[in-house]
Amino acid sequence: MISLLTLWLLATITFFLLRLLPGNPFQTDQILTFEMQERMMNYYGLNRPIVEQYFTCMGNLLQGNMGYSLKYTNRTVNSIIAKAFPVSADLGLRSLALALPIGLFLGIASARKRGKAVDYLCVIISVIGVSIPSFILGSFLQYIFALKLRILPMAQWTTEMHKVLPTVAIALGLLATLTRIMRASMLEVTTQDYVKTAKSKGLSEGKIVWSHEIRNALIPILTMMGPMVASVLMGTFVIEKIFAIPGLGLHFVNSITGLDYTMTMGLTVFFGAFLVTANFLVDIAYGIVDPRIRLAK
Amino acid sequence: MIKDFAGIPKDEFEFVGEIEEKSEALTRPSISFWKDVWRRLFKNKVAMTGLIIILAIALFSIIIPELSSYSYSQQNLRNINAAPSSEHWFGTDSLGRDLWVRTWVGARVSLAVGIFGSIIPSIIGIVIGGISGYFGGKVDMIIMRLIDIIICIPQMIYIILIMLVIGSGPVPLIIAFAITGWMGSARNVRGLILKIKQEEFVLASRILGAPHGYIIFKHLVPNTLGIVVVSMTLGVPAAIFQEAYLSFIGLGIKPPIPSWGQLANLGTSVFRIFPTQLLIPAIMISLTMLSFNLFGDGLRDALDPKLRS
Repeated sequence: MISLLTLWLLATITFFLLRLLPGNPFQTDQILTFEMQERMMNYYGLNRPIVEQYFTCMGNLLQGNMGYSLKYTNRTVNSIIAKAFPVSADLGLRSLALALPIGLFLGIASARKRGKAVDYLCVIISVIGVSIPSFILGSFLQYIFALKLRILPMAQWTTEMHKVLPTVAIALGLLATLTRIMRASMLEVTTQDYVKTAKSKGLSEGKIVWSHEIRNALIPILTMMGPMVASVLMGTFVIEKIFAIPGLGLHFVNSITGLDYTMTMGLTVFFGAFLVTANFLVDIAYGIVDPRIRLAK
Repeated sequence: MIKDFAGIPKDEFEFVGEIEEKSEALTRPSISFWKDVWRRLFKNKVAMTGLIIILAIALFSIIIPELSSYSYSQQNLRNINAAPSSEHWFGTDSLGRDLWVRTWVGARVSLAVGIFGSIIPSIIGIVIGGISGYFGGKVDMIIMRLIDIIICIPQMIYIILIMLVIGSGPVPLIIAFAITGWMGSARNVRGLILKIKQEEFVLASRILGAPHGYIIFKHLVPNTLGIVVVSMTLGVPAAIFQEAYLSFIGLGIKPPIPSWGQLANLGTSVFRIFPTQLLIPAIMISLTMLSFNLFGDGLRDALDPKLRS
């Protein structure tokens, strides 16, 4: 219910913000005469009263129809998303798959060896990782590995080798965040009473860490997964720009600057729906990891 | 008064007298909460290093553009893409502008956007969260459901759209941050207020007939301040990052005004040939974010009662 409200609000705000922008989609494109611009506006129904446009737009969205792109002739927004999304998802999933195990492992290791060299090393890695923006890291990875060492390709998205640098660029920030949260949450859990109980009833160290500490420490990580998916998405925007990857982010930035209303609208709603679904899945996962939290009260 | 305790007769007890100075004397100097926090923070070398770097960058950004003989927009097309030299300490960019001055003018913009872009949304969040938590009931329900809905909307998408509508520049950036960034801190403050509201000292104050305003500003606000200050400090690097990100994709700060993200954006176009032009703003962004993160972490440790020894 809340998810649907969110999506509706998102679509509405986007719709009106877009119409508030100065200019029209056909000004910036090629050199079109005023009459031609007018005709294009009429063709796409952009001259009709704004309320009518709004209801048409919402009606179409409800049916999953996002309309034609105003810039790419004869291509629907749906088809563009269908083509670009797998690329972005591939990049995002790769980075998550790289960052998640390493981040969790570093966090656990760091909390287990609190105050030792391992801990300091992990803390340094995580603070530095959080402090270097992914686009800067991306540029430097390009410089070092593609330009100086010449062992990896500079840009594009074709072979496996091409996918290494962008994945690493996004994964480092994620990894750092994960390490930080996992460390804090492990430290919090180790002082809990049930860990003491487990210790006093003679459970082995490994068993305590595995089935009492880690399992409980994972809950804050789960909470982070929603925002984290969002940050991966935003990260892919700029990484896609640097590495010339034909994903959704590239289309999004271009559509906004080019006033491609239908495209921006479609992508915003798509991102929104994606995030809302991610949050929903996180809520369900809560119940599985932690029986104390159930969706139904 | 004194009864027959444990069978000891009353006359066995002897009054030893009272020494007023001794009972009133303080065994050690009293330390207020904030003094204590400051003392612990002062001991934390990492956090202090962060603070010193932040202060140094702020000081440099104020002084250097005033002292330098170049201005941030002054072009010299005879001397473009120069390497760092004694004349131009950081070299010049593709329009022959002095990068040393531009870096520090950029620092002004980035720091201002970072600091105000963190403080203003936090204040809005405190007010809304405070109202919601303190009054509770229907008000709380409505505000919290609204936040539940708004918080799901990806922030960056909205910042980008708002920037396009109200134009680009430092002030629009801060406005966009203020519109989109208050929900998290509102939630936090509400949770804190709900907890503190139940404490005895608030109850006592209410029994004594204190008005709402007095309770809010004398009891609730000071008790949430610590956590709020930490989240503000950690919000600064986030805002600096967002500014850099937006300027980098060409939406945040528009030329000729420099900001670090803007400089990094210009730097990437030539960094294959002149890597220092990207390296310098990149280091500045990372160093500042690092310092704020370290200082914020230190502040949190200093404020956290669990770590108190």
